[in-house]
Amino acid sequence: MKILNILLSAFRALQRNKMRSFLTMLGIIIGVGAVIAMLAIGQGAEYSVKEQIAALGTNVLMVFPGAQQQAGVRTAAGSATTLTEDDALAIGRECPAVQYLSPGSAAGGQVIAGNLNWSTSIQGVGTDYLEIRQWPIEYGDFFTDQDVKAAAKVCILGRTVADNLFPESSPVDQTVRIRSVPFKVVGVLTKKGQNAMGQDQDDVILAPYTTVIRRLSHWPNLRFILVSATSLNDISVAQTQISELLRMRHKIQPYDPDDFTIRNQTDLAATATATTDVLTILLASIASVSLLVGGIGIMNIMLVSVTERTREIGIRMSIGARSRDILTQFLIEALVLSLLGGIVGIIIGVAGSSIISSIAKWPTIVTAFSIILSFGFSIAIGIFFGFYPARKAAMLNPIDALRYE
Amino acid sequence: MTSKLPTSSVNLNGTLIQIEHLTKVYQLGEVDVHALRGISVNVSKGEFVAIMGASGSGKSTFMNILGCLDKPTKGSYVLEGIDVGKLSRDELAAIRNKKIGFVFQGFNLLSRTSALENVELPLLYGATSNKTRKQKATEALERVGLGDRIHHYPNQLSGGQQQRVAIARSLVNDPSIILADEPTGNLDSRTSVEVMGIFQELNNHGITVILVTHEPDIATFAKRHIIFRDGKIKTDKINSSPNIASEVIKEMPMIDDEEEEAA
Repeated sequence: MKILNILLSAFRALQRNKMRSFLTMLGIIIGVGAVIAMLAIGQGAEYSVKEQIAALGTNVLMVFPGAQQQAGVRTAAGSATTLTEDDALAIGRECPAVQYLSPGSAAGGQVIAGNLNWSTSIQGVGTDYLEIRQWPIEYGDFFTDQDVKAAAKVCILGRTVADNLFPESSPVDQTVRIRSVPFKVVGVLTKKGQNAMGQDQDDVILAPYTTVIRRLSHWPNLRFILVSATSLNDISVAQTQISELLRMRHKIQPYDPDDFTIRNQTDLAATATATTDVLTILLASIASVSLLVGGIGIMNIMLVSVTERTREIGIRMSIGARSRDILTQFLIEALVLSLLGGIVGIIIGVAGSSIISSIAKWPTIVTAFSIILSFGFSIAIGIFFGFYPARKAAMLNPIDALRYE
Repeated sequence: MTSKLPTSSVNLNGTLIQIEHLTKVYQLGEVDVHALRGISVNVSKGEFVAIMGASGSGKSTFMNILGCLDKPTKGSYVLEGIDVGKLSRDELAAIRNKKIGFVFQGFNLLSRTSALENVELPLLYGATSNKTRKQKATEALERVGLGDRIHHYPNQLSGGQQQRVAIARSLVNDPSIILADEPTGNLDSRTSVEVMGIFQELNNHGITVILVTHEPDIATFAKRHIIFRDGKIKTDKINSSPNIASEVIKEMPMIDDEEEEAA
């Protein structure tokens, strides 16, 4: 029997029980749709994390005070008071693989300009900060080394802060009061958008780190040191150099752990990707359970169908159908069910993903891979769960089948 | 997916079926049931045989073996020179497809499938192109007088018409024999005679017909009577003056206008 004829008769057989066929397919539709949507969410998350990390600059290293292990009695990273301005200056002096360097401190608080106010975070950074972050100034200027040395009360506004405090006029040369300390605005940053965690990166004020330490946070040590390596390949060299230098400066014994943490973006990217990968796998495996249940539904219906159509099988055998003809017929019926379900499921999954994107504002990405995967999965399910009923039909004894009432 | 048909090497001399010392034993639990206890019979091309016997006489078992639906326990069955007892399941299917046409008591048509598609079915399992398949099926339906009802569904047809569709299906592949198992069992007497008329006409065109029936009236249309009893052939004799269905029907009273129209 030709494949086309088998397909036609399979369609006809499924048409005879439209409701039943549809309900059977529904299991696969939901399963495939869920798998596609879940993969889209997972991959969307992964993509935006990666993009965000790439935007940070890939040859960037961050040095935090505090220990790498956080187990036991150790306090959390960043709470230790081990990273000083001198450390930062030493790194700049003594590590040849380091190209740019910016000490960092931070404070938060209310910012007032005229009769408007805004609550934001204030980052104290060095003059090379924008170079490292590859973040251009939109208008105005960045502060100078002179400003850093003098702990001058100057600041640069992020786009969001500028829009909120100075909705109509240019903020440059205006004065803002950060926690009651007047700062002169010297520039505004270009818009950077959200980061991987959905935070607005433009909701920030940059000021010389010396100023932040002395005027705002009153915390003498650095919160972080941002470093860029001379090239992508030199990241690990730079990391080693910084690590050795800091261990020496902090007089850490050979077997004692570091009292600082160096993170690079590659590590961050790997961690973030691993996290989103786990998320994707988790979501997809929950969704595939429903695909499996859909497959069992197909098997169930095909078994019912074989029993119901025992006589038909007998007739077909009596006029010359071989076992394999019957096998193919029922297998194709199961396959048509699962394939149609798969196709509809893909459409619903893709549509569902974009609905999730627009309603929940989550990035979703439907890849060709996830479509091919679910398509292949539904074929496999059709064959796997269709085989047993089909074989049962094919193995019937023609005489018994003909006599079946 | 062409069925492979075993080829014969024996000189036939007009003999279609050679059966020797055929026995069939069923095992029901621990009891052996001897359905056939040594049957030897030959059937030549162009014969019209009626097989009769009480229920339990073994005639249905015999028909199943003749139709290659079942295999004998012992003995040989040679159909057109092919020793059927030695064939595999698939080869038997090919024999059923090419050489045998079945007509059953209960018609056994696929419901919700048109007359034409029912008749096309045997050709689907052979290697026939879609075009010739339709053509052959239409011809077969015209041959049994249903040329105007090829797109009807079984539930739109009377019993006699359904049995004609079944006959058309049995002959669409130009089989060596048509095996009819109580073909008139579900039909009224007039329709039965009509159906017998079709068999007679096919037989007149050279098709071998083997018929199982327990109605002596029906058997009178056949040219040879084989009577089974307890798994053996009791009598095997030529019916020198078979009834002619087309003549019998003229003497029968009208029962149903619709059936008349169909005839």
